[in-house]
Formats: sequence, C-alpha cells, structure tokens
Amino acid sequence: MIFIILLIVMAVLLLAAAIYSIVNRDLLFAVMGTGIVSVILSLFFYLLQAPDVALTEAAMGIALTTIIFIITIRNTTRDENEIIDKEEEMKMKTDKES
Amino acid sequence: MKQVFIIILLIIIGYFLANTFVEIPFGGNRIGNVESNETVAGYYLSNTAKKTGVANVITAIVVNYRGLDTLGEVTVLFLATTGLASILYRRKEEEEDTERLNLPSSRIMRSGVRVLFPAIVLLGIYVFIHGHLTPGGGFQGGTIVATGFLLMLISYKGFNTDHNRMVWIESLAGLSFVGIGIWGLLSGNTFLENTTNIGVVNSLISGGLIPIIYIVVGFKVAVELTGILDILLKIKPKK
Amino acid sequence: MQEQFNEIFIKYHEIITIGVYGTAIALMLIGLYAILMKKNLVKIVIGLTILDAGIHLLFVGIGYIQNGTAPIFSPGYENSADRMVDPVPQALVLTAIIIGFAVTAVALSLVIRLYKHHNTAKIDQIKHLKW
Repeated sequence: MIFIILLIVMAVLLLAAAIYSIVNRDLLFAVMGTGIVSVILSLFFYLLQAPDVALTEAAMGIALTTIIFIITIRNTTRDENEIIDKEEEMKMKTDKES
Repeated sequence: MKQVFIIILLIIIGYFLANTFVEIPFGGNRIGNVESNETVAGYYLSNTAKKTGVANVITAIVVNYRGLDTLGEVTVLFLATTGLASILYRRKEEEEDTERLNLPSSRIMRSGVRVLFPAIVLLGIYVFIHGHLTPGGGFQGGTIVATGFLLMLISYKGFNTDHNRMVWIESLAGLSFVGIGIWGLLSGNTFLENTTNIGVVNSLISGGLIPIIYIVVGFKVAVELTGILDILLKIKPKK
Repeated sequence: MQEQFNEIFIKYHEIITIGVYGTAIALMLIGLYAILMKKNLVKIVIGLTILDAGIHLLFVGIGYIQNGTAPIFSPGYENSADRMVDPVPQALVLTAIIIGFAVTAVALSLVIRLYKHHNTAKIDQIKHLKW
C-alpha cells in the first residue's frame, strides 16, 4: 500500500515541477524546476531496480546541468520577455506585490 | 490560434504513443529461461560471472560486450568540449583579463570547501576504481570529481587549473583506450577483447582488462568536464 | 511482506501500468510543448532537457520485471541470475544520459554566442540576415 502511495506522490510531483518549470516567467525558478525533476527521476530509477542509472542521473542532472544553465542566465537576461522600459519594470513590480 | 493547433497535435501524438505501449505489459517476463540462451539479455546474465569474472552486469555490457559504443560516447564528449571551446573563442587582444567571475564568497564557503574538496575527489576515485564490484564506474566517478573541482573554482579566486597538464592527461587517457583495443587486435583476437587472466569474482583484481579501461575512462571524463566548467566560468558578461 | 507486495501488485496492476508509462509520456509531451511554443532560447533548451528525461524514464520502465532485483552479483547471491531485471535497456540509458548532457552544453554555448551578437535572446527578434 505504501508503494502505491509513493508512486502516486512522486508522479504528481514530477509533473507539477515540469509544468512549473515551463510556465514561470523568471528563468532562475525554471532552472530550479528542472533540478527537482532530476532529483525525483533519480529516485524513480532506484525504485525500478536500476542503481547505475540512478547514480548517473543524480550526478549529471542535478549538479552539472543546473550550473551550466545558471552561467547562461548570468550572461543573457534573467527575465523571459526582456524588459526595456523603466516604467514597464515598475509596473511589473507593483503587479507582483499586489 | 497557433496554441490550439499545437495542443491538438500533442494530443494526437500522445494517443498514438499510449496505444503502442499499452500492449507491452509492465512487469511481464520477457527474458525467458536464462540457462537456455533464448534472448540476448539471458545470454548476458548467465555468462557474465563465469566468463568475464565481473560482478556488475552493466559494467560488463558497457565495457566488454558493447565496448565500441563506449568508444563512441567518449568521442562525443571530446567533440562537445572542443566545440564549446571553439564557439566561445576570444581573440588575443581581449585576453589580458581572463579572470573568473569576481563574486566574493562567504567565510563559511571558503573554510567548508577546503575540508570537503579532498573528500569529494577521494569518493570519485573510489567510485571509478570499484566500478566492477558495486554500482558505479568511469562516468559516474568522473562526474563526482568534476563537481569537487567546481566547488573549488567557485570559492577561491586564485585557484587555477593547469591547462597544459589537463591536455596531457586527456590525450594520454584517450590514446591508452585505443591502444588497449589495438593490442587486442595484435594478439590475434578481436578489437577490445579481454585477453588477460580473469581472476576471482568479487575481489578487487578481477575481470582482466575491464577495470583498467574504466579507470582510463574515468580520468578522461573528469578532466573534460572540468575543462567545460573552466571555459564557461571565464566569460565576461557584456555590460 | 513479499506476499502482500505480490497481491497488491496484481490487484493494482492497471494503475501501476498507467502510472509509469503515463508519467513518461506526459513528460515527453510537456517538453515538446515547450520546444514548440516558447520564444526565449533558454526555455527551449529547458524543454529539450525535460523531453530527454521522459524518454529515459520510458526506456527503464520497459525493462522492469515483476519481483526482479538489481543486476549485480553480490557476494552470497551468485546464483540469482534468474531473478534479475533486464540489463540491456539500462546500459542504453547510461550512454543516453551523458550524450544528452553534451548536447545541452553545446546548445547553451550557442545561446551565449547569439546573445552577444544580436543583443537579444528571443527568436522572433533575430529575423534579419545580415553579413
């Protein structure tokens, strides 16, 4: 019974993290969503009796993919639609606070 | 308008994919009898411990039975590093200030990383030396070592990886992988054949040439991933 | 404990089948949606990563055998070759994960280079071909 509950919780978390990652506008949060997908996927591989694949996914997906994305975001823009005007930025900030 | 079309297309693709995979029952026994060698997986499972002397079946498949694919994968990683270095190439005039990104790191990070760095490198080397006994191997161990080097590169400004030494280690590792294969050809068998004594299963020295190939691959992967991170951290953002 | 596990597996077999295969196919479709619809280049590469994750999960899910164990001959379990899961898809996925990471690294370096040249990272503003 616990196995079923574990599988359902992990599947729901996986899909929720993936959807959050492509819907959000701030790119840094999207990258963190990809990291969470990698963590839960590694646990899934362990439950399917594949320890080699779980080690490889944990080492590559969590550490290296996230740092490469963060370096790219630092050298390009942080927001998805690049903000040009000052007043548009102020309007977006007041929208977020309210 | 475009969004509606794309959602309909995705539903069609999803329906046909699900229709295909519903006929493959999850958890059904598709290997058959292991002793009678009906399928490829049955052959691998029943002949690994006796003929190659390696305890980890995945290591035996990746290095011994499908060794040519591992050679291709190592080539792909090498091409990725070379391509990345040549895309982000800078001319010589701008190369006076090639220092890394100048963010100050806190005191906790500096003193913590100095303790963690030897432990992480030791764990990585352990994982790829014992690749034939426990889950692990060259690729996993190389990634762990590269993560240790990444921590040091972020925290300390004066920590530099020696470019010449890394080029030498990577070239020697690649050459010895191909050299082991050619030695298999020269001694009368096929390319990358396991030709030495097998040894006792489940001890450290077993499996012939398989641990040696994985150690070489581990070094190569670690050096290449550290090179990728070093190149990426040196880009100056345009202001 | 093993008998309980067994009967739960038989009773909820449909749910587990839909669960594992359905999650993998849903991940693939989410990644494909991000590649087709989004305009920022980094979002497109994020979609590529999620598509890769879905494909790897589907492959490892096919190789699972009921009541199977991990394919490693530990000391003391040397005769358990007829209870192991399928090792061939796992070796395939091991290679595929590393190649997926290499493709992501080269794609992101192209994104950085494009941003430095055109000063924007959205694909509908990079329309002019200019020597």
